[in-house]
Amino acid sequence: MSEIAAAEQIGFPILSTLVFVPVVTIIALGFVRSERALRRVALIGALVVLGLSLLLVAGFRRGVSDFQFAEQVPWVEAIGVSYHLAVDGVSVLFVPLTALLAVVVMLSSWSSVRYQPKAHLMAVLAFETAAIGVFTAVDLILFFVFWELMLIPTYVLIKVWGDGPQRGRAAQRYVLSMLSGSAGLLVGFILLGVSHRSAPGSGGALSFDLLVLMDSAVPAGTQTAVFFLLAFAFALKAPMFPFHSWMPVTLLEGPIGMAVFLAGLKMGVFGFLRFVLPLAPDAFSAWSWLIGVLGVVAVLYGALIALVQINLRRLLAFASISHVGLAMLGLSSLNAPGLQGALFLILNLGLVSTGMLLVAGFIHQRVGSTDLPALGGMAQRTPALAVFALVACLGAVGLPGTSGFPGEFLILLGAFRAYGWLASIAVTTVILAAAYVLVFFERSFHGRIRGTVVDAATDLRPREAITAGVLGFSIVAIGFFPAAVLDFSSASVDDLVGRLDPASTIAADD
Amino acid sequence: MDVTGITPLLALLAPLLGAAGVVALRHRTPARELSAVVAGTVQLGLVATLVPAVRDGGTVSFTLSTFLPEASIALRADALGVVLGGTAAVLWVLTAVYAMGYLGTAPGPELTRFHACFCLTMAATIGVAFSANLITLYLFYEALTVITYPLVTHTGTPEAIRGGRRYLAYQLGCGIAFLLPAIVVTYIQAGTLDFAPGGIFGTGAGDGLLVALYVLYLLGIAKAALMPVHSWLPAAMVAPVPVSALLHAVAVVNVGVFCVLRVVLDVFGTDLFGELGLRALTLVVASITILVASAYALRLDNLKGILAYSTIGQLSYMILGVALLSPGGRTGAILHLVGHSFAKITLFFAVGSVYIASRRTLASELRGIGRQLPLTMGAFAIGALSIVGLPPTVGFLAKYFLFLGAVEAGQWAALVVLSISTVLSAGYYLRILRSALFDAPVAVPAGGSDDSDGLQRSGTVLEPGGLVVGPLLVTAAVTVLLGVAPGLLLGLIRGVGG
Repeated sequence: MSEIAAAEQIGFPILSTLVFVPVVTIIALGFVRSERALRRVALIGALVVLGLSLLLVAGFRRGVSDFQFAEQVPWVEAIGVSYHLAVDGVSVLFVPLTALLAVVVMLSSWSSVRYQPKAHLMAVLAFETAAIGVFTAVDLILFFVFWELMLIPTYVLIKVWGDGPQRGRAAQRYVLSMLSGSAGLLVGFILLGVSHRSAPGSGGALSFDLLVLMDSAVPAGTQTAVFFLLAFAFALKAPMFPFHSWMPVTLLEGPIGMAVFLAGLKMGVFGFLRFVLPLAPDAFSAWSWLIGVLGVVAVLYGALIALVQINLRRLLAFASISHVGLAMLGLSSLNAPGLQGALFLILNLGLVSTGMLLVAGFIHQRVGSTDLPALGGMAQRTPALAVFALVACLGAVGLPGTSGFPGEFLILLGAFRAYGWLASIAVTTVILAAAYVLVFFERSFHGRIRGTVVDAATDLRPREAITAGVLGFSIVAIGFFPAAVLDFSSASVDDLVGRLDPASTIAADD
Repeated sequence: MDVTGITPLLALLAPLLGAAGVVALRHRTPARELSAVVAGTVQLGLVATLVPAVRDGGTVSFTLSTFLPEASIALRADALGVVLGGTAAVLWVLTAVYAMGYLGTAPGPELTRFHACFCLTMAATIGVAFSANLITLYLFYEALTVITYPLVTHTGTPEAIRGGRRYLAYQLGCGIAFLLPAIVVTYIQAGTLDFAPGGIFGTGAGDGLLVALYVLYLLGIAKAALMPVHSWLPAAMVAPVPVSALLHAVAVVNVGVFCVLRVVLDVFGTDLFGELGLRALTLVVASITILVASAYALRLDNLKGILAYSTIGQLSYMILGVALLSPGGRTGAILHLVGHSFAKITLFFAVGSVYIASRRTLASELRGIGRQLPLTMGAFAIGALSIVGLPPTVGFLAKYFLFLGAVEAGQWAALVVLSISTVLSAGYYLRILRSALFDAPVAVPAGGSDDSDGLQRSGTVLEPGGLVVGPLLVTAAVTVLLGVAPGLLLGLIRGVGG
């Protein structure tokens, strides 16, 4: 696997800058006292990251599968670990998405988080650093460091600023779940490094470099072990049925801001695309039926449970589980449309889940609850919020004209190609999604006003309207111009499909 | 000649700008309403400029963005699209005027929402009419579903919400469950989604698969109201009259039939369609729908209900016509798409006019009302004669071509179905006409069956204002005009390839 150096493309280490601007902002926050200034400094930091990430996207070379903006510094040479950052078509768009979500979280907490705002902003920025690290690290050990670093701000954010009474327990449950996966993740990475040492052409040296490992053949037995170790960790994170039980609890108890990160950044699915597929391709192909079956079960299970929820946050949690199932089904089809679709779907979820969670947050702030019986007739008092909610809802259903559609269509295309008519099961997800999302919309926004709190609710304030407007616009714009996203990923996805099964690239081109 | 041009996009943007205008002028009536009328007129003018380019089988295309290889979001105006788009645009302008008379121009969010959704409905309709491929078609097809939902539930009563829910469930459910997989499988089988006269499937696709695919299309296009996916249409009757007019004559059902025509002509192609034996299948389904719907309408008393079931039957005339696979059948189908729109909207406008004048909603309450509402009931008579298929209306001409098409194709059973259905529809329309025009007026107790609005009833029944009567006279006149001078329209229909 080849790479293009950052020095050659842009002249400065842009990825490191992206990772460390939030850290610098955290330090700067230490010197600021007034609450107003705190929020401004933090927002400026987040906006700088967003601007840089757009610069990254603008400079990205499309149509090639190379890793780009690469920078590498030896770190622990004795065991072949280096500080190595780079992005390719699979990962590049997650950087602006993370940056956007960080800005959204800050804006949405502007007036709602009153307790310890400085610590809150620091935690959000720390999470941003770790998350960008996760998406850009191409050294396995470096990735693992960022992966584990995310846990600390996540724990603190849920524990301290959660909305529910059980937030402490939810935070603990989340961290324990993740740790149980990451132990295996580390073992899997070490197995890969060791296997490379004994491979011909490695000179007997350990390496944890993704680009090196991608070119090194891994024996079948090792691949199977690596597959299960990595898949378990990523399935927990995704979350993939049946490892999903932390998700509803966390979304219900945790703060909306954290929920935006957890539901919006599908790092588990990303992990599959980034590490499992290229490093254990034969094992993934062999076990893809399992991924597909679990995906379909998740799709149906999540949607059916979502259908009977009366709390919006729990509904969103199960919807998220259902959507991840659909993405996994896309991966399991092992062809270009399926993989493209999965990638597109999780990028879209970054916008749509965030939109839905913001709606939940806006409602919570106004009505003090996200239980459906307390709502009803909101559209009469909050028409702008209703329009934004409708756009997010249509995106979640995956109707054409929204960013939800291309991913879904591609996954269906991939699944029909791989499984024939059996894939029609996947279509039921879309129908069920339409049912639970639209029932929610109808019951909360339509009909008579039932509560006095709803009656007194105010519409979106300017800051909220800007956030909602940016998200709503992105959802519709990507729906009409999906090529803007697909152009970035297609070369890398084709490369991945070639690794999975050299024969299938030819089949996918027809 | 196939050219690239921006006109199809402009015709799509005009109603979008109209909707923006409605929202921007929400506090200034009637400027709010006029914004919709102006947008409709502009759209009509833009569609009209496309006529010379498409009447000889040419197309005007515009690609918006690439979705997949061989599947872009793209617009392409051809003769069939211009027929649908032009009909929709004319009737939109008239319905917008009628709505001002029927619903009033009181300021308030309800009417702003109504007029904005109305504009967006037209954008979606034009989008369907000018879709260059199945992906674009699906996009606007579903957009039409979503945007008409607030129109169906406009009154906000529990009954309206129930009807709207059924409407949405049928449309979205069928669209996602059947139409979407059909499009996915088509893409896999054909490698393209772009419409092409003569069809897009190469050799190699299994016959059984293609037949199954066609059934998926028929089930998925619920807007065409073929049985068994028709029952959303009577349920949607809870809407105010201008909405019913729009749904049942202009936008939604025409889009449904149009999609079926596209699938038959430009996805399967008439040759493959015939080889697969889909003609017999379609003729049987359409015939059953025609006969059952017509027979059912005979038993109804509610005027809007009668019109709804009449619509279900008439839509299947068009599908039957194109499935005959003969030139006459196709001409009759497309002519009927236009003619039925004008005739049926006349009937709806008249029923709304009767409601405004007298609050009556039942056929049995119309005895002698023709003497009090001569203009309204005169127009009603013209609309009814056209649906039954009597000269000099456009309905006669359409039926003539349908009969001709059945003879050309040697489909004698289709002839029998068309004849029986003519008698049945004559039965329910002439019953109304006889009683309204020739019976002596009777005093209807308390002014009508619907007194939910608590309005004071007076004994005298007068024609409503010009905003209501004007549009229905125009549509009635066009119904006759197209019957006696069909040259331009037939010339356009001749440009439909396939």
